Amino acid sequence: MTYTLPPTPGAHAVAAVDGFAIGGAGVPVLDVDGVTKSYPGEPPVQALRGANLTIGPGELVGVVGPSGSGKTTLLQLMGTLDRPTSGRVRLTGLDVATMADDAVAYLRATQIGFIFQQFFLAEHSTVLDNVADGLLYAGIPLKHRRQRALDALELVGVAQRPHVRPTQLSSGQRQRIAIARALVGQPAIVLADEPTGNLDQATGQSILALIDQLHQAGSTIVVITHDHAIAERMPRKVEILDGHIVADTGPAAGTHSRIRPLAQPLTHAPQTASGGPVSEEPS
Amino acid sequence: MTATATRRRARLPLSDLTRLSTVGLRTRKLRAGLSALGIAIGVAAIVAVLGLSASSQAALLNEINQLGTNLLTVSNGQSFTGGTAELPTTAPVMIGRISGVQQVQTTGAVNGAKAYRNPYIPSGNTNGLSVQAASLDLLPVVATTVAQGHYLNAATAQEPVTVLGAGAAQRLGIDRIYPGERVWVGGQWMYIAGILKPAVLVSAIDSSVVVGYPAAEKYLGFDGHPSTIYLRAQNDRVNAVDDLLAATANPENPNQVNVSQPSSALVAQAEAKSALNGLFLGLGAVALLVGAVGVANIMIISVLERRSEIGLRRALGATKGHIRTQFLSEALLLGLLGGAFGVTFGAASTAVYAHTKHWATVIPTEAWAGGIAASLIIGAVAGLMPALRAARLSPTQALWSV
Repeated sequence: MTYTLPPTPGAHAVAAVDGFAIGGAGVPVLDVDGVTKSYPGEPPVQALRGANLTIGPGELVGVVGPSGSGKTTLLQLMGTLDRPTSGRVRLTGLDVATMADDAVAYLRATQIGFIFQQFFLAEHSTVLDNVADGLLYAGIPLKHRRQRALDALELVGVAQRPHVRPTQLSSGQRQRIAIARALVGQPAIVLADEPTGNLDQATGQSILALIDQLHQAGSTIVVITHDHAIAERMPRKVEILDGHIVADTGPAAGTHSRIRPLAQPLTHAPQTASGGPVSEEPS
Repeated sequence: MTATATRRRARLPLSDLTRLSTVGLRTRKLRAGLSALGIAIGVAAIVAVLGLSASSQAALLNEINQLGTNLLTVSNGQSFTGGTAELPTTAPVMIGRISGVQQVQTTGAVNGAKAYRNPYIPSGNTNGLSVQAASLDLLPVVATTVAQGHYLNAATAQEPVTVLGAGAAQRLGIDRIYPGERVWVGGQWMYIAGILKPAVLVSAIDSSVVVGYPAAEKYLGFDGHPSTIYLRAQNDRVNAVDDLLAATANPENPNQVNVSQPSSALVAQAEAKSALNGLFLGLGAVALLVGAVGVANIMIISVLERRSEIGLRRALGATKGHIRTQFLSEALLLGLLGGAFGVTFGAASTAVYAHTKHWATVIPTEAWAGGIAASLIIGAVAGLMPALRAARLSPTQALWSV
């Protein structure tokens, strides 16, 4: 590959597992410091009332809360899609508040990957180009974007048919493609908003298994969910209620840093961690 | 921290921008086609109108050139007293001596003589025909030929024999000649020798009943003075000859002589713009305007429908500028598409019509270049507002309120 990766600030010792970089020790990947967010209205809506959250490299965090608790607002602020009313968001050590809009956009292009409940795949584009578009705004030539997209598809286990349209695939495979798009730029952090929300339970389990596998490979991932059962199984659980972070189990270590298995295995338990094809019903 | 990370910003290369600007067109082909159609119709109308008028003009000018632009006419003007001045009988010979004059032929109006189908026609029904005495090699000089029969020759010029101009034959009701056919000219029968083809350069010949000089003098009381002298000059000497003609034709009274160049009047006529052109151009402009409204409409709907795409692109790192550029270039592409189709349609219809008329197809540069430019401007103007709206859309609203 002839292109150079965008610099990962603070990454003095970058290790690579499966070709994907892990941030170095020292600077946290994400630092949310006393962040509030209120939306204009009569009266103004206080979505976040002083949230503090620090996420280190390689962590897998589940953020859980009921609807209206402010978890989506927290994701938007962590993802620099919106700016806080007060407080600071630092991403890889950079204070987003001091940066111009275009610089923040470039930060998103190179350091943040998003996974959405609705996938948001372009139906008239191929699977490969959907994933390659994850690098479109990072200033990488099309040929290299496609090569890296193929690598990312390989990683999530749907590299068999890169030239079909996403509409020809099952919803589980589509979410895998969306995950590949989030990972293709080797971001410092991946933010997932209800990644299993549109999937049946078995498919959801396979996606969680994939997330665990990526986490094992070194990716820093935040999963937002309303489902306590999912959050319980995460190595670190952050609970949010009425705009406050009410519980945080803190960074996990050792054997606890994996997604814990289901208490009662599903009847059609999908393969985990091995990365092999997963039997999913086309939707 | 590294300054590069805060300052850097990705520039979309042209290839990526082109790919992005076709997203909307590729995913909604029918709708894009219909909105481009409005522009296409407008541009096609404008190109066709300009092309057709240019082609017909070119054909006419070509025809005039083939007839020759070196024909000059000298005719008698008016005398001081207001009566008709007469050209001296020596005028043709004098003119023939001007350097650069190739051929000199004359006609002389036989005053008082009228032509009728037969003696029983009321004398008031002259049909506007004139009786002209003509020299024997007139036809090549005025660029016409005989349609039927023969022109006058040295023998028939002595006898009561006539040749009819194309219009004269029609008005007398004669469409073909058979032996012994005659018309009543100046109070006596004259036999018809031939009928002429229309003379485009000299339409006066068309409404003439032509007899030879000797016959006119012998039978119709003609005084022998030519009234119009037709001459051909060398192409490069036309203006020089033109300057000398009046003084040469009538040295005593040069101001009683009219000199003209028939082709120049026809050229001016050919180059005059038809009023209909203006009407059709106006209709084309209205179609363009409707097309612009269509493109603006489609782009606004497109921005509304593609909220999640816009939000996703912002999440993937697109700046407001990237979004603005994408939608603006999509509108430009839509306009260009319509313009290109319009120019093709317009040029094709011009070519087809010109072919049926045996004209050469002429598409003026300002027609096709102007059509393309107009459609690009329309695309830009129509796409600007939707593009700004798309760029203003906040990524959180775009992604979380679908």
